[in-house]
Amino acid sequence: MGSLLASRAAVWDAFTTTLFLAVTAGVLALLVGTLLAAMRVSPYAPLRTVATVYTEFLRNTPLTIVFFFFVFVTPSMGFTFAYKVAAVIALTCYTSAFVAEAVRSGINSVAVGQAEAARSLGMSFGQNLAIVVLPQAFRTAIPPLISVLIALVKNTSVAGAFSVLELFALSKRLTNAHSSDVIAILVGIALCYLVICIPLGRLAAALERKAAFAR
Amino acid sequence: MSRQRPDHVPTEHQPSPAGPVVRTGLSLRPGTPSRRVFLTGTVGAAAALTLAACGGGDDASDDVADVDSSSFEEGSTMAKLADAGKITVGTKFDQPLFGQAGPDGKPTGFDVEIAKMIAAALGIKADKIEWTETVSANREPFIQNGQVDIVVATYTINDERKKVVDFAGPYYTAGQALMVKKGDDAITGPDDLKDKNVCSVEGSTPAQNIEDNYPDAKLVTFDTYSKCVTALDNGQADTVTTDNVILAGFVAADKDKLQMVDDGKTFTKEPYGIGLKKGDDDFREFINDTLQKAYDDGSWAEAWKSTAGQVLPTPDPPKIDRY
Amino acid sequence: MSSGPVLYDVPGPDEKRRERRVSWVVGALLVVVLVVLGWRLASNGVFDDRWRILVEAPPNFAGYQVQDIWSAVFRGLLNTLLAAVISLPLAMILAILLVSLRSAPWRGLRWLASAVIEIFRALPVVLVMLFGILVLPGASPLVAVVFGLVVYNAAVFAEILRAGISALPAGQTEAAYSLGMRSGLIYRTIQLPQSVRMMLPSLIAQGVVLIKDSSLGYIVGYAELLRQISRVADALTNADYLLPLLAVGAAVFVTLNVLLSRLAVWVQRHGRLQRRGARVARTATLVEE
Repeated sequence: MGSLLASRAAVWDAFTTTLFLAVTAGVLALLVGTLLAAMRVSPYAPLRTVATVYTEFLRNTPLTIVFFFFVFVTPSMGFTFAYKVAAVIALTCYTSAFVAEAVRSGINSVAVGQAEAARSLGMSFGQNLAIVVLPQAFRTAIPPLISVLIALVKNTSVAGAFSVLELFALSKRLTNAHSSDVIAILVGIALCYLVICIPLGRLAAALERKAAFAR
Repeated sequence: MSRQRPDHVPTEHQPSPAGPVVRTGLSLRPGTPSRRVFLTGTVGAAAALTLAACGGGDDASDDVADVDSSSFEEGSTMAKLADAGKITVGTKFDQPLFGQAGPDGKPTGFDVEIAKMIAAALGIKADKIEWTETVSANREPFIQNGQVDIVVATYTINDERKKVVDFAGPYYTAGQALMVKKGDDAITGPDDLKDKNVCSVEGSTPAQNIEDNYPDAKLVTFDTYSKCVTALDNGQADTVTTDNVILAGFVAADKDKLQMVDDGKTFTKEPYGIGLKKGDDDFREFINDTLQKAYDDGSWAEAWKSTAGQVLPTPDPPKIDRY
Repeated sequence: MSSGPVLYDVPGPDEKRRERRVSWVVGALLVVVLVVLGWRLASNGVFDDRWRILVEAPPNFAGYQVQDIWSAVFRGLLNTLLAAVISLPLAMILAILLVSLRSAPWRGLRWLASAVIEIFRALPVVLVMLFGILVLPGASPLVAVVFGLVVYNAAVFAEILRAGISALPAGQTEAAYSLGMRSGLIYRTIQLPQSVRMMLPSLIAQGVVLIKDSSLGYIVGYAELLRQISRVADALTNADYLLPLLAVGAAVFVTLNVLLSRLAVWVQRHGRLQRRGARVARTATLVEE
C-alpha cells in the first residue's frame, strides 16, 4: 500500500478524471438515449429506422472499437478531438444505446390505457410522450438505468488505452513503477471504483423500493 | 532513471530491405529458410482446439545436444527442468524483433532465441518450450508464483524489480530513442520535446522516463505501439518514443513514412535481463554461464543477426552483471 | 404490436403525405452526411490499398500468407467463443446461488449475498481479470478471463433474476402458500422458473455484454478476437492495416451479437404467445417494434 499512498496526488487526479468521464458521458448519454428511445416510438419511419440501427449497432460493438473510431478514424474525416473529448464522445455514443433500450422498456411497461387516454384528450405524439408516458416510464426505468450508469463508470477504464490517464491507466503506470507492490496497488484502485459504484447501487435499491410503494 | 551518455546506434546500415525474416533455429546458416512451429500464447483448451490446424516442425531443434540431467546438482532448478524435458518461458508477444507473435501465434525474435539457448543448455528442444505471454503487470507475479520458469521479455533490470525477482544477464542493452514522420526535422533530440505530443505505451519504462525527466513534453499513451504509429501518421502525435530496437522494427517496415531522430541516438540505457525466481542463485549463475558461452562461441551474435540484426547492426555483447 | 401504435393515432392521408415528406428529408440528409464523410475519408487515403490486406499479404510479411491472417482472426474468434461458452453457464449457476441466498430465511445470509452482488458488479472486469491472473495459483489467461467474466456477470444475472421474481404476480406465491408449500419449495418450483423465463430476453442481452467483455482479456494476454487482430497489425508493423483489420473485428462482433439479440427477440415473442397474462405480454404490445 506504501507506493499507492506515496502517489496519492496522482491517484486523486485519476479518480477525478474517471469521475469526470462518468458524469459527463452519463448526463449526455441520458439525454441522447432518451431522444433515441423517443425516436424509436415516433410516428416517422425513418427516425425509427435510424434509432434502431444506431442502438443495435452500438449495443453489439465492443467499446474498444468505438473508441478506436473516434480517436483514429474521425481525424481522417476532418474531426480531431482531444483525447478526453474523444473518450466522452465514445462513452456517450456507446452508453446512449443502452440508455435507449432501458427507457424503451420503461415506455413498454406503461399501461396502454394511459397513452390511449392521452390520445383521446387530443394530445399530440410529443405531448403524449413528454407529459404522460415518459414520466411514468422513467419510474420503472430507473433501476436498469442505474445499472447502465454503473457499467459506464467501469467502462471508463477503456479510455485508459486511449491516452486518458484515468484510474485504470494509472494502475498500469503504478504497477510498472512499483512491481513489488502489484496486488496492493490493484486493491487500492478497485476500492476507488467501489467508492463510486456502491453509492450508485444503494441509490438504485432505494429508488426501487420507493417505486414499489408508489405503484 | 539517470540519463547517461548516449550510445550511438545508427540504423542506416540496414541490410534487409525485406523486413525482419526471423529464423527459428540457432544453428541455421544465414539465408536458410525455416519452417514455422506452432505455439500458442493461450495455454490449455484453446491450444488443443487449434493445434491440429498448424503442424510443422523445427529443423533446428534436432541439433540440441543431449544433456545428462545428472550433470546438474540434485534438487537444483536445472536438474528439475532437464528431467522434465520442458521449460515455460514468459515473453512478450508484441515487441517487434524481440518477442512478437506472428499470425500463427508463435513468437519470434531475439528474446525467443535467447530463451532457446538457455533451453538447449538444459537439453530441452525448442519445440518443448512452452511460451506464455507476459504483459508488464504479470511478469513479477508469474515468476514469483512459478507460472513461468524464466522471463525473457525486453525486461529492463532495475533495483525496484530486483526486490522481488532476480536477473541473469544483461544479454542486450537497449536505449530509449525517438521516431518521427519522414522528413520532419523539428525534433532533433530529447531536449526538443517541449510542448510536443510524445507517444508511448502506458505503463512502460520509456513513458515513465518522459513523465519524470521531460515534464514539458505532452505525453500521449496507448496500449500498443501500433496505435502510437497511427497517431503519428494522423498528426495526433509528433514523435513516438520507446527502446530503439522497437522503433527500428517500425522504421524498417515503413521506411517511406517513418524515420529515427538523429540516426536512432539513444538517451537512456535499458539493460535487458532474464527474470527468474528470487534467491535461485545456482540457476542465475547457470544462465549467466550459458550467456557467456554464447558470447564467446559466436552463437549470441548469430542469434542477433537472424532476428534484430536484420535491421540493426550487431553490437558487442554487454558485460554480464554477476551480482 | 398486433394492436397497432398506441402513442399516436393511425395516420390519415394528410398525415401519411407528411410522413413521406419527412422520410425523404431525413433520408436525403443521411445520404448527404454519409457521402461527405466518405469523400473526406477517401481524400485522406483511407480507402487506398491498405484494404488489400484482407485478400493478399504484403510482400515483406516474413513469408506469411493471407491465410495466416484469417486463421489468426478465426482462432481469436474461437477463443472469444470459448471464454463465453465456459463463462455463461458458470455465471448463471453462481447467479442462481446468489439470488437464492438473497431470499434465504436468515438475515445474515441475505445481507452477505447482497453485499457480494454489490461489490461484484461494481468492479471493472479488467481489474478482476488482473486479480485472477495474479492471485489465483497457476491461473492461465483463460482461467483469469473466465474468472473476470463470471464474477461480474453472475452479479448482473442475479439482479435480473431478482427483478423477475419481484415482478411476479403476488397471487402465484399466495396460491402456493395456500396449498401448504414451504417457502424453499415455492422458491424452487414457482418463483425461480418463472423468473428465468420472464427475464430470458434480459439475460440474453447480458450474454451479449459478456461476449463483448471477453475482449478485455487482452489485459492478461488472452488471445481473443481483438487481441489477435492487434497482434496481426503489430506483426505487420504498419499501422495502416489496423483500420481494415479492426473493421473485420467489428463486423464479426456485430454479426455474432445481432444473431444473439435476434434470438432474444424470438424468445420474447415465443414466450408471449405461450404465456398470456404475464406482464411481459402486456408490455410488449404497447409499442410497435
